[in-house]
Amino acid sequence: MAAVMPQPAASRLLLSGNEAVARAVWESGCRVAAAYPGTPSTEMLEVISTYPDIYAEWSVNEKVSLEVAIGAAFAGSRSFCAMKHVGMNVASDALMTLTLTGVVGGLVIAIADDVGLSSSQNEQDSRYWGRFAHLPMFEPADSQEAYEMTKAAFDLSEGFQCPVILRMTTRINHVKALVTVGERVAHAATGFKKEPARWVMTPAGAGKRIPLMFERDKALRAEAEISPLNIVETGKDRRVGFVSSGPAWMHVRESFPDAPALKLGFSCPVPIEKIRAFAATVDQLVVVEEVEPLVEMELKAAGIACLGKDILPRQGELAPNVLKPAIAKLLGEPEPVGLKPLGRATPVPASVFPRPPTMCVACPHLGVYYTLSQLKNITIAGDIGCYTLGAGHPWNALDTTISMGASMGIAMGLDKGRAEADKDKRILAVIGDSTFLHMGMQGLLDIVYNGGNVTVLLLDNRAVGMTGGQANPGSGKGIHGQETPRVDFAKLVESLGVKKERIHVVDPYQLPVLFKTIREEVKVPEVSVIITNQPCVLIDDYKKQQPYEVIAYKCTGCGNCVDVGCPAIHVTRREKVIKPSGKEVELQFVNIETAACTGCGLCVQPCAPEAIVHADLTKPMRLVRH
Amino acid sequence: MSDNQVTNILVVGIGGQGVMTATEILAEAAIALGHDAKKTEVAGMAQRGGVVSSHLRFGNKVLSPQIMAGQADLLVGFEAAETMRWCHYLKPGGLVLMNTARIVPPVVDIGLYDYPADPIAEIKSRGYRVHAFDAMAIAMELGDVRLGNTVMLGAMADHLPFPPQVLLDAILKRFSQRKPHMVEVNRKAFEAGRAADKAANQLSHAEAAA
Repeated sequence: MAAVMPQPAASRLLLSGNEAVARAVWESGCRVAAAYPGTPSTEMLEVISTYPDIYAEWSVNEKVSLEVAIGAAFAGSRSFCAMKHVGMNVASDALMTLTLTGVVGGLVIAIADDVGLSSSQNEQDSRYWGRFAHLPMFEPADSQEAYEMTKAAFDLSEGFQCPVILRMTTRINHVKALVTVGERVAHAATGFKKEPARWVMTPAGAGKRIPLMFERDKALRAEAEISPLNIVETGKDRRVGFVSSGPAWMHVRESFPDAPALKLGFSCPVPIEKIRAFAATVDQLVVVEEVEPLVEMELKAAGIACLGKDILPRQGELAPNVLKPAIAKLLGEPEPVGLKPLGRATPVPASVFPRPPTMCVACPHLGVYYTLSQLKNITIAGDIGCYTLGAGHPWNALDTTISMGASMGIAMGLDKGRAEADKDKRILAVIGDSTFLHMGMQGLLDIVYNGGNVTVLLLDNRAVGMTGGQANPGSGKGIHGQETPRVDFAKLVESLGVKKERIHVVDPYQLPVLFKTIREEVKVPEVSVIITNQPCVLIDDYKKQQPYEVIAYKCTGCGNCVDVGCPAIHVTRREKVIKPSGKEVELQFVNIETAACTGCGLCVQPCAPEAIVHADLTKPMRLVRH
Repeated sequence: MSDNQVTNILVVGIGGQGVMTATEILAEAAIALGHDAKKTEVAGMAQRGGVVSSHLRFGNKVLSPQIMAGQADLLVGFEAAETMRWCHYLKPGGLVLMNTARIVPPVVDIGLYDYPADPIAEIKSRGYRVHAFDAMAIAMELGDVRLGNTVMLGAMADHLPFPPQVLLDAILKRFSQRKPHMVEVNRKAFEAGRAADKAANQLSHAEAAA
């Protein structure tokens, strides 16, 4: 993204939580910002990259992004790094020692939890990192707070010389709300000063820093006790008082406007005494926190009676539709007020088919999964990205998904741990370019080094597709679209030790070639890498071709094209027929949504009766209707 | 429009239809009038053709960004089955503005599920008022299917707690900044949407009378 003139100070802007953080990072005089894309955190770095006077990069993974930010903070620059919750699992190796060294320039780490699992493989609670790494944590409840707390986090970071974690959730990152913005204040780098006892963490050196970390814990707790980010709102209905943080706070205020409530903005270390004083003013204390009972457990350990996960779910968002019935039940009120408008029963949703995400029209992955769906006696270890959708219909061609890059190690384990009955099973791994560079290449190296028998499909579409087509070292482009060296995947895997004759670069739109290559390589009892080389259809590299249409009278209803799984192909009519063999089959007659088709030609190849032809572009484009 | 002074508008459809952009323009119109506003989506991987529901709440002060079932003042559906999926979010007797266009997902094409036979009838059977029209066809007549978004905004214009001109200004402001050559055709699409809503309103009154 190219730099643009930032909106002037005092503007009242409709910003997402991510956009608000980006603005605050820039205003705070931050000089270095790094991230790896991941929903719901991606837009923070994307937007930061549009501001002037700040270095921004897409790092190859979250650990590297944190290390870049650490280096900049050691050099006395304000620095920032953002990641989704699972990103911190990768980055935590650096974090857990960073807490001993601390920083010079302010360092803010934004972690975006996906409460409700809109686009993630798990729902872990990043507030644990504050406890685990002995670091302070802020939790904004909307965009304005995200903006203000980011600025406050830089100040706290420099005041205590330690990084500060900004814990967000999807319901902050992606909610747009009003933010009044301010001026940028530049912060010059103070320079790196040699201090081995602090920056070189040998066992002896680290051992001396641990007591200092405990001292800092105490000072931070005292700071949290008096922080203006922790506020008490009084209320006249004292039957239940609430302690809450993040978006759950807004849901509490919405649901129980008359109840007293304590908001944790500076939520770690927990201001125990402030909460103890608040608890004394209410009949019962309820902790409303997403996801795990962290504050609740600390309060109970401190002898403060409270309820939390005893009455609230430990999974998903704590929205009013969850909170109101739970509190009504606690108070012995049978009717949850506000959920039954005009005295009617809670509305029941209509029964409608599910609409899972699909691969895009003409996606180069379609050819790969169509081919894999035709192969038998195989097990496919998958990875994180758009191609995880290959586990769904109509392909059902992906058997495992765990974490970034895991397809490699898991394929290796499936090979080495196979049962006697599976001795002839072929093991495949499917991984995208960016995931491979993020954490997959080490796994491939392991397969090569330890003699695994795995056929690796490296789907190189030159982008981080699922998060919106961001650049990576395989794109040949940087965060601003600038030219960068482009990874040569064939050379890379060869240098890891894959035999040259076992490396194939294929066009995934050429189905016969793809099919032949995969079928032959799975038979070879050693590691092979098949690299597909066509770009994501959502990035500029993709060039649309002339669309196709179906000649209706030629369609025999065989359904081969439907198995490709392209969303532009629609079944217009079904018909059950008895074959001469006596077998009943269902015919599927199709049409192509010409307005959506970009002419990749994948569906043309399995069409025996040649019913799919280039569309006549002199006629107006038609929308397919049922 | 709402007894607690917060207006709740739910806009639904599928990824790629411009649901989130439409809601954002609506939010900008509300802000231009000095309202507080929050907009949130349930859009899990929506870029890949999944379900999108965009919540807009505006008023003096907005706390939770989410509209709960049974609380929406207005439901705007960009696709027939999606409108049906979310109709229980409306207040009893609430108004539905819906595009009759059907976008069939692969799971229906491959025969795993059926597309609902008559989404409009289903929505009406729950006691909601329905203004239905083919926004995609109107957009195609104007020369670009992407204008469907502005057609839908036009349809909303006479059902908001502020004058239609405020919404039109918000739309045109966006296009005058980014695509000035698209300003006039969007003005037309907006008026076509208003007209389609009026016609659908008359039709629903005629049906009620009959």
